[in-house]
Amino acid sequence: MSDKTPVLSIEGLHVGIDGNPILHGIDLKIKPGEIHAIMGRNGSGKTTAASTIMGHPDYEVESGSIELNGADLLELEAWERARKGVFLSFQYPQSVPGLQVGHFLRKSVAAICGDEAAKGAPFRNALKSAMEEVSIPRSFLSRYVNDGFSGGEKKRFEILQLMLLKPTLAILDETDSGLDIDGIRVVSRGINAAIRGSDSGALIITHYSRILEHVKPDYVHVLIKGKIVKSGGPELALELEERGYEWLESGTTEDD
Amino acid sequence: MAMEEAREAVGDYKEGWHDPEHSTIRFDSGLSEEVVRKISKIKNEPEWMTEVRVKAYHHFVNRPMPGFGDREALEGIDFDKVCYYLRSSDATEKDWGDVPEDIRNTFDRLGIPEAEQKWLSGVTAQYESEAVYHSIREDLESQGVIFLDMDSGLREHPELVKKYFCSVVPYQDNKFSALNTAVWSGGSFIYVPKGVSVEMPVQAYFRINAKNMGQFERTLIVADEGSSIHYVEGCTAPTYSTDSLHSAVVELIAHEGAHIRYSTIQNWSANVYNLVTKRGIAHKDATIEWIDGNIGSKLTMKYPAVILKGEGSHAEVISVAYAGKGQHQDAGAKIHHLASNTTSKILSKSISKDGGRGSYRGMVTVSPKAENCKLNVVCDALILDDGSQTDTYPTMEVANPSARCEHEASVSKVSDDQVFYLMSRGHSEEEALAMIVNGFFEPFTRELPMEYAVELNKLMALEMEGSIG
Repeated sequence: MSDKTPVLSIEGLHVGIDGNPILHGIDLKIKPGEIHAIMGRNGSGKTTAASTIMGHPDYEVESGSIELNGADLLELEAWERARKGVFLSFQYPQSVPGLQVGHFLRKSVAAICGDEAAKGAPFRNALKSAMEEVSIPRSFLSRYVNDGFSGGEKKRFEILQLMLLKPTLAILDETDSGLDIDGIRVVSRGINAAIRGSDSGALIITHYSRILEHVKPDYVHVLIKGKIVKSGGPELALELEERGYEWLESGTTEDD
Repeated sequence: MAMEEAREAVGDYKEGWHDPEHSTIRFDSGLSEEVVRKISKIKNEPEWMTEVRVKAYHHFVNRPMPGFGDREALEGIDFDKVCYYLRSSDATEKDWGDVPEDIRNTFDRLGIPEAEQKWLSGVTAQYESEAVYHSIREDLESQGVIFLDMDSGLREHPELVKKYFCSVVPYQDNKFSALNTAVWSGGSFIYVPKGVSVEMPVQAYFRINAKNMGQFERTLIVADEGSSIHYVEGCTAPTYSTDSLHSAVVELIAHEGAHIRYSTIQNWSANVYNLVTKRGIAHKDATIEWIDGNIGSKLTMKYPAVILKGEGSHAEVISVAYAGKGQHQDAGAKIHHLASNTTSKILSKSISKDGGRGSYRGMVTVSPKAENCKLNVVCDALILDDGSQTDTYPTMEVANPSARCEHEASVSKVSDDQVFYLMSRGHSEEEALAMIVNGFFEPFTRELPMEYAVELNKLMALEMEGSIG
């Protein structure tokens, strides 16, 4: 297990936006089949980390490396990274009025998994079972992408895409925010179905531990002011739930 | 050099090729009463038509340019450089095999004969000033549907043409309606008898091929009581570094309970001035719909209009405009509620990109004696980059207090986050933009026959290419 190439390997990553440094040297390795969680307060740099891995052009990588299955990602644009197997479930998914969900899903599957996967019965079946898994009705397909969706619908739609696009690395940015307990359960079911038992890896970004009760992480990392200050097993999430972040903020308790 | 300039001006306009000029009659450029009389003479027209042309010519000469729209661009039109009449083929054929080969190839390349076989009731193909091909399905002909090019219409049904010609758009309406009336050639004449429904659309395709050409087609559609028809027009032109002028007049008459839908996909090259007057009259319980797509051209000024003359009549104008580099789309709609219980809906969508300018100019009026009218105006603009521009000039004059009016306007910009979201799903930046743009146009494209909707989506995807980074 341990000598397998990591799905995601981040080393010494420094990132800024408009010249303001946000991430100050992140190291992270996710091996096949592993689920990692990054926890931290708002403004700690969680979304920056997610957006940078996906390739958002606003985030400038000052130094460090990001590799997917041993191959450099930094030179690639977001759409190329997506085609290599990176997926980001957005905290705030964007709406595209006039673009039908069904059409968009088919085009995205074609772009990422190839034309064959987007055709005929295999596509329809995959779509049907994924929609059942995350409790999305058929009528959804003729709606416009995220246009007028409730918060919960948006998150379920993100997970539906995750299930159809079968990424090598799934990054889930605050997927639990704005969801009630049933919503979290549904979404977690989708994440587990997509990642568990596969060679993919997942990175769950959250500031509460709620979702981690349903999607058990193998590792938990605490991000404070752009640095990972503590890493541990799933029990770390529970500790944060009880004690908050304050006890970690004063020191720089490195625990790797 | 000229080619390079032209390419620079239009990017990858795919209909920009041209064939060698092929003329059996070509007038010297420039306009005079003599030119007007000569056109009428070549066509062997009745005296009254010659007289209307001449009156219209004098009105054109004396009439100032419109005081709105893009005055600077309008002043750039050199009427002396325009060729007002060019005939490329001596006859209008009923069989594509009889159309001169290079002209036939042009229409083949544009996919017209293929579309005709698959899903059209009839086709007119106009090349420069005259229709070169014309046909209609026999079953429609036997039901008394008349679908002819306008010149044949005047020859074969002079009484009908005389009754309706200039009845909706008088030549005095504006400078360009006067010009069109003076030098018109080609266009379609359609008459649908009482109670006849033409199920599949009929199409006219207008192609300019020669340089400095002026195309002035004239279309007249009369739908008699309880009848219905869907007319589709498409237009393209080659890319030249000098300008061409397209100035059409379209008149629609929908009698009691009739339904006319008029769909346009214009895709002019960026050297064409497109100054068109389109207007319909809807009698009692009739419906007129303009589905108007404006892609390309240097300057378009076009405001499809409906006069709701009869009680319970309905008007709809759904338009989209795309203004790219060096282009100005000044488009909109006009609706006049003259009778009670009339309803209207205007949906206007414009996109500007690469410094292009899209303007919505609309007018809706309700006359004092028109009770219980309903009107709804929505105009949305989407700006793709800094330096592109959008303006809105809406006017509502409501003289009857029982009218219910709704007006919504929105301007949005494509955001980086929206593009990034789509890119994160494996779509390149161009593809992402095309998805956003086609989505924005969706309320328009869903009104088009499927074949046109697909074509329009492809066209917009092409417009999004090669412009990034």
